[in-house]
Amino acid sequence: MPIIDIQNLEKSYRIYQKKEGLWAAVRGLFRREFKTVHAVRNINLQVQPGEFVAFLGPNGAGKTTTLKLLSGVIYPSSGTATVMGHVPWERSMDYRRRFALVMGQKNQLWWDLPAQESFRLHQQIYCIPKTEFANSLNELTELLDVSELLGRPVRELSLGERMKMELIAALLHSPEVLFLDEPTIGLDVIAQHNIQKFLKYYQEQRKITIMLTSHYMKDVAALCKRVVVIAKGSVQYDGSLDGIVDKFSSSKIITLQLSEGQGSEGLEKYGVVQSVELPRAQIRCSRLQVPATLSKILDSYEIDDVAVEDPPLEEVISSLYESVAEN
Amino acid sequence: MSSIAKQLSETETTIATRNSLRKLTFVHRISIWWTIFKVSLEERLVYRGDFALGTFMRFLPIITQIFLWSAVFESLNPSDPSQARIAGFAFPDMVAYFLLTMVARAFSSMPGLASNIAKQIRDGEIKKFLVQPVDLLGYLFLSRLAHKVAYYTVATIPFAIVFYLCRDYFVGGWPDATRMSCFVMSLLLAFVFGFFLEATLGLVGFWFLEVSSLLFVYMLLSFFLSGHMFPISILPEPFQTIVQFLPLKYLAYFPAAVFLGKVPSDQLAFEMMMLVGWTAVFIVLSRVLYSAGLRRYSGYGG
Repeated sequence: MPIIDIQNLEKSYRIYQKKEGLWAAVRGLFRREFKTVHAVRNINLQVQPGEFVAFLGPNGAGKTTTLKLLSGVIYPSSGTATVMGHVPWERSMDYRRRFALVMGQKNQLWWDLPAQESFRLHQQIYCIPKTEFANSLNELTELLDVSELLGRPVRELSLGERMKMELIAALLHSPEVLFLDEPTIGLDVIAQHNIQKFLKYYQEQRKITIMLTSHYMKDVAALCKRVVVIAKGSVQYDGSLDGIVDKFSSSKIITLQLSEGQGSEGLEKYGVVQSVELPRAQIRCSRLQVPATLSKILDSYEIDDVAVEDPPLEEVISSLYESVAEN
Repeated sequence: MSSIAKQLSETETTIATRNSLRKLTFVHRISIWWTIFKVSLEERLVYRGDFALGTFMRFLPIITQIFLWSAVFESLNPSDPSQARIAGFAFPDMVAYFLLTMVARAFSSMPGLASNIAKQIRDGEIKKFLVQPVDLLGYLFLSRLAHKVAYYTVATIPFAIVFYLCRDYFVGGWPDATRMSCFVMSLLLAFVFGFFLEATLGLVGFWFLEVSSLLFVYMLLSFFLSGHMFPISILPEPFQTIVQFLPLKYLAYFPAAVFLGKVPSDQLAFEMMMLVGWTAVFIVLSRVLYSAGLRRYSGYGG
C-alpha cells in the first residue's frame, strides 16, 4: 500500500493581473482582472514506504505547491491525496505529529532564542517522551556536529548551521514522512555535502519516506533512486535518474585524446564538435551512430584514449524543461 | 541478531507509546501551554533595553495629561478651578481616571499583535502553525500572556510609586468589595477581549494582505472611543449612547469607570455580562475568520 497516494490532484489560483502604469493601477481600484493560474494540474503519484523521491522541475513548475498540498498548508481545487491514510488539508493533530516539512527558505525556529529552546517546545507539542527526546537530540546533534551550537541564539548562526538546526527540529519527533523543499538552497558546497550525507544516512537507518525538491542535481544524484519531473503542473517523467538521460537525450559525447602531432581537422564530419583543446577534442553524435562513428575515427586518426559519455545531467534536464515549455 | 531484535522491540514500544500519547491528556496540555509560556517569557527578556524602555515610557503621557486637564479646568472656572466639573468629573477625578485607564490599557492593549499576524500571513510564516501540531491563536494568546506577565512584574513598582504619589487625586478612596472585584474582573476580561479583537483585525490579512491602514483607522477610533483620550461620558448625546453601546469602551473607559463608581450599581452586572458577551463574540469571530481565511490561503511566500 502506498504511504503517499495522490489522485488527480489540481490546484489553481486566481491572481490579480496588475497592469503596468499608474492609470492602470487606478483602474485596478475599481475593476480587477483576474487570471487563473494552474499551479498543479492532474498529478497522480504513488510513493511506497521508505522511498526517497526527488521532485525536479523548473521554477514555478508546481513542486512546492504539491508539497504544500501534501503538508496540508493549502487546499486543492480538486482531486484527492492521502498521506499515511490522512487527508493532509484536514490538518488533524494526529497527522501533524507524524510528518515534518522543512523549507530551505523558511525559518521554523525561534529567531531570538537558542535552538535548544525551540527543541524543548517541539518536545512538548509533539509529545515526545523524555528519554526518546534526549536520545534523538543526542543522535541528531552528533550526526550533524552541532552540539556546541545548541545554546547560541538562532539569529547568530550561519545559514548552514541554521539548516542543520531546522533539520533537527523537524526530525526530533521521528516523523514517518518528511517533505524537504530545497533544503540546500544557498549553502556552500561543503555544507550541501554534509546535509546530503546526513539525509542519506538518516533515511537508510530509519527507512522513512522522504520527498525532496531541489535544483541541485548533486543532491538528487546522491540521494534519490526515484525522480519525478514536474513541469507546467503535471508529471513529465517518473523513474530513475539514469532513465532521464536514456529517455530524453539521444546523443552521446565522445572525448578523444589525440596522439602527439595529430591535428583535429575534419572531425566535424563525424558529429558536432563540442570543444577542441589539443590534445583533447570532444564531439557529440547520435547515440545509435556511436559504434560506426568511433570505428571511422579510429581508422582515420591517431588516438591515445577514448571515452564515450552521456551528456551532463543538468543539460538533459534543462532541455527536458525546454521541450515541455515549448509544447 | 540480538541487536536487531532489540531494535525491533524498541521500535514497537516507541510506536506503542506514541499511539498512547496521541490522545492528549489534560496534564499534557497544561505542560504544552506552560512550555510555550516559559519560552515566550525568555524571548521577551532577550531585548532588555527595549523592554525596559517600553515599560517606563508608558508613564510619560500621564504627566502631559495632568498639565492639560489642569489647564482645561482652570479655564472653566478661573476663580475656583476646584469647583469646575466636566460631566460630573472634577479635576482630581479626571487625573484618577487617566491613571486608571493607564492600568486598563496595560491589560487590553496588544502592541504589534494584529500587524504581526498579518505579516505572518503575508510572508508565509503562518505555515508553521499549519504544519506543526500547535494552534496559532492559542499559541499567540499564551505568548502574549507571557509578555504581559513580564511587563506587570517589572511595571508593578513604578505603577505603585505613581499611584502613591497621585493618591490625593483619588478623592473617593478605595471602592467597595463588589466594585473592586468587578474592577479586577474587568481588567482580566479586557486582556482577553483586547487580544481577540486585535487578533480578529490581524486575521483580516487573509483577505487584504496589507492591513496597516485598517489598523490605523482602528487605532484612531479606539483612541477616541475607548476612553483613552477622554472619558466617553463627557460626549454629548446621541454620541454618548452610541459609544456606550460599542465594545471599545471596555478597553479603557469601563474598568476605570467601575473603579471610580461612574457605573451605576444596577447596571454593573449587565455591563459585566456585556463584556463577557463581546469577548465571546470576538473569540468566535476570530476562529471563524481563521478557518475561513485558511480556506482561501494560498501559502504565500515560497
